[in-house]
Order: sequence, then structure tokens, then C-alpha cells
Amino acid sequence: MRKYSIFAIAREAMRAHKGWEAQWSSPEPRSSYDVIIIGAGGHGLGAAYYLAKEHGITNVAVIEKGWLGGGNTGRNTTIIRSNYLYEESMDIYEHSLKLWEGLSQDLNYNVMYSPRGVMMLSHNVHDQQSFRRHINAHRLYGIDNEWLTPEQAKAYCPPLDISKTARYPINGATLQRRGGTARHDAVAWGYARAASDRGVHVIQNCEVTGIRRGPNGEVQGVETTRGFIGAKKIGVSAAGHSSVVMEMAGVRVPLHSTPLQALVSEPLKPIFPCVVMSNTVHAYISQSDKGELVIGAGTDQYNSYSQTGGLQIITHTLDAICELFPIFRRVKMMRQWGGITDNTPDRSPIQGVTPVPGLFVNCGWGTGGFKATPGSANLFAHLIARGEPHRLASGLTLDRFRTGRLIDEAAAAAVAH
Amino acid sequence: MLLIHCPYCEEDRSELEFRWAGEAHIARPENIAAITDEEFAEYFFLRNNEKGLTYERWRHIHGCGRFFNAARDTVSDRFLMTYKAGLPKQPIPTAEETAAIAEEKTVETWEATEGDAR
Repeated sequence: MRKYSIFAIAREAMRAHKGWEAQWSSPEPRSSYDVIIIGAGGHGLGAAYYLAKEHGITNVAVIEKGWLGGGNTGRNTTIIRSNYLYEESMDIYEHSLKLWEGLSQDLNYNVMYSPRGVMMLSHNVHDQQSFRRHINAHRLYGIDNEWLTPEQAKAYCPPLDISKTARYPINGATLQRRGGTARHDAVAWGYARAASDRGVHVIQNCEVTGIRRGPNGEVQGVETTRGFIGAKKIGVSAAGHSSVVMEMAGVRVPLHSTPLQALVSEPLKPIFPCVVMSNTVHAYISQSDKGELVIGAGTDQYNSYSQTGGLQIITHTLDAICELFPIFRRVKMMRQWGGITDNTPDRSPIQGVTPVPGLFVNCGWGTGGFKATPGSANLFAHLIARGEPHRLASGLTLDRFRTGRLIDEAAAAAVAH
Repeated sequence: MLLIHCPYCEEDRSELEFRWAGEAHIARPENIAAITDEEFAEYFFLRNNEKGLTYERWRHIHGCGRFFNAARDTVSDRFLMTYKAGLPKQPIPTAEETAAIAEEKTVETWEATEGDAR
């Protein structure tokens, strides 16, 4: 792999950019691998990269039914933060945030991580009390988060309407300054390139149709649309389709899959300096480096794999955006899409061993998996390599639904889903 | 937005009038104190989450307020049928039956009853 650098750009500029090589290879699948990861999104590709880099396991394939990064990795609103309430969540999201900070250098790929600050608006006394509780929990745990008055919030984010006569008045806000955004496609591409460089096979357009198990129940490999591929260990990281894939191995997981929508506006000049979220009126918004306003809507109420969603869901969000930021009332929306999120009963992810020997699962990231990409991938690689969870992910087991040790993070989500 | 047929009101109404209420035909264990943790987790948390045909409950919360069951395709979001709560799992209507049902249905939307079309 040729390293990307300013010298590489200069060199290629001298020879009409004819020397750029493919970022990752697309090899024919081998007959078997040490590890197969199902799902080439950020989490799956990242896990393959960390398996190769930190655990020395390079005989790895990432199998994807579509194209890499074409699922939720390419459909989210790219928000990064770690201000969750419970220790199990703070552990993994903060681990992830720390990896985000050095990810571009680590991968030699500009993932455009931009710590521009994530602001959460408080509209009433209950919001304020719960946000202050969050801030105290974060500070005790060594995570940055601070309280802003409405005037301070307006100073940090000038388009905000803080007038007393606003439809949704604001009585304060929290700000996590290290939170922000990153370029979602670049995360998938960067991991794919770095993993491919270390010998990982990224196999696209290859759908897993079954998981073959041996006489003792252990995994032997996967049936795919390109034939059988053997594997000693299998990691499932299939987002909204995780329960479909797990069913192939006879394991039921407590997930329900719902569409989550997002939309972007026409490109504007830089106008919006940070990420703003409002749980109470359900809105979150940021501006991409291309200039589009990136707006996240809610989930539909029913299970669906349609990768679309109801129009009333996005109009509801846009109602709130137009009230909070009257300046955007005449902005045109350009594209809208949906992704399928896998939600757990306690709204916390599942990462751990399964009852099937050799089968590991990473799912249930629901509406907030993008921010966790590096941390989740890093700990999933540890889980697959060692066969037991890393300390930071030890609470996220599948078993918690039997023991009752749930991580009831629903109340700490940025917006109510 | 979905258009849902309430089997009690016998009308197609907008999804806004309804609440989704999870998978249908899950029976609460009769002696719940006696079951194991595994059985409780199975009953309480584990769901089929089908890709394709699913049986689910809905509630006509802003209408008659009653729960009913539905069969729906989770890929196309198309409702195959709805039927009253308490009935056993119903067989899926054939393509001809579905077409016949669609034929005789009048869809009560604003456009059809009061809008420009009228």
C-alpha cells in the first residue's frame, strides 16, 4: 500500500494522477479462513483491521451482501459523542471517542473527524435536571461535558433562537466539546484499505445464506451465494439484519429492526458551527463539510426492513428544526433515505459470545452505532481473538437478558426513538 | 405512511391513528413464577423480527381504542390482512383473494372524499 501524504499528492500531480492504486483488493474467496466477519460496515471492517493489527490474525474475510459501507455506515448522520449515562455505555463510547481522535493518523486516511462540539438543548425543568445529572455523571467518570446558559448556547451556535416567545423556548444546554462529526464513507473506506493492506479479504456482493455447524454445534463456515467458505470463528456484525443472520445459526437475539430516516438540504455556505440535538422536540442537525445541513429524523413505530420510512416522521423533525432555527425555513431539502436499525429492549448494544461455539455477535447498536465504530470494532476484535469480552465491553453480553442485568440507556439517548 | 384496516371500525385509516404493539400471538406463561430465567427471557425479550411475513398487534388508539392483529410483509410494508384480537393465527389470503379485497375496498382519504377529485 502506498502511503497517502502531501508528497504523494505532489508526486501524482507531476504525472497526471496515473499512479494512484486501488484502495483495497477484491480477491476471490479462499476455501476457508481463521475468522469470517459477516457485514462490511464500519464495525465489521474495523474489527478485521484490529484483528490483523492488534492480534496478528490476518487470515480474515469480511463478507458483505451489498457493497462495503452501503448499509447504516453510509446512512447515518455522522454524529460522535460519548455523553451516555451508564458506566457500561460511557466505557465503550469514550473508548471509541479516544480512538476517533487518532483514527486518521492510525489508518493513514482522512476520516475528517471534526470535534466541533455536540450541544443538547434543554427546554424545561425536567430536561435541565436530567442533563445536570448527566453532566455530573460524566465529570465523575472523566468525560467532558458542561452546562451552558441560553446566552452561552447562542454564542456557541448563533442560528439558535433563544427568545422567550419561541415555540420551543430554551432554558440551557449541555455541550460536549470533543463531540462532533466525521465523514462516514471515509471510515468504511479507510478501514477497508488498512485491513486489505494487512491481508484481510474484503468480499463484496456475496450474501451469506446459511451458517454450517459441526457435530458438537460449533461453527464450520458459511454458505454464501458464492459457495461454502469455511471458518473457525464467525463474527456477526450485520446491523439491522443481525437477527436474520443469527437465526441461520439457530440463535435468537432480542432485536427488533425499524427504519430510521435522515435527510440533507441543498449545500449552503458555512453557517452552522456544531451539532445541536433536542430530545424533547426531536431534532438533530449539523452541517457537513460539503455544506449540506444533515438532519436526523426518528424511527418508525413498526418492524420493517424496507430501508424507507413514513413521511410524517421527517415532517415532524422538520417542524422542530424550523422552530429552533427560523433561519432555515426556506432551505430546500435535497435527499432523504432510511436505514434499518437493530434495537434491543434496553437500547444498549449486544457484544459477546453466543451459545454457539465459535460464533460471536456485535449488534443492537440501534440508532447510535456510528459514533461507536472504532471502539466497538476494537473490542469486537478482542472478543473474537481471545474468545472472551474485553473489560470495557464486559457488560454488553447477550446473557444480560437472562440475568436481568440490563443497561437501561433509553433515557440517555440524544433523542427519543 | 401506512393505511391500516381496523377490523372493528371496518375502515381503512391513516397510520397516525394507530400504535404498533409488537409481535402477535405471544401467550403469557400461566404460572410465571415457576418458569426458569431462560423461559422468562424467551417470553419477555425474544421476538422473531421476521424479514418477510410477520404477525403483529396494532391498537386503534385514536379510533375505537381496541387491539387487533395483522399480517404484514416487513420488506414491502404491505398489509396482507387484519383480524380481530383473540382469533387464532389466520391463514394468509391467496393473491386472488387479496386482489378481490382490494377491489371492493373504498379508501377513505381526504382526496377521495372531500378533495379535488370530488
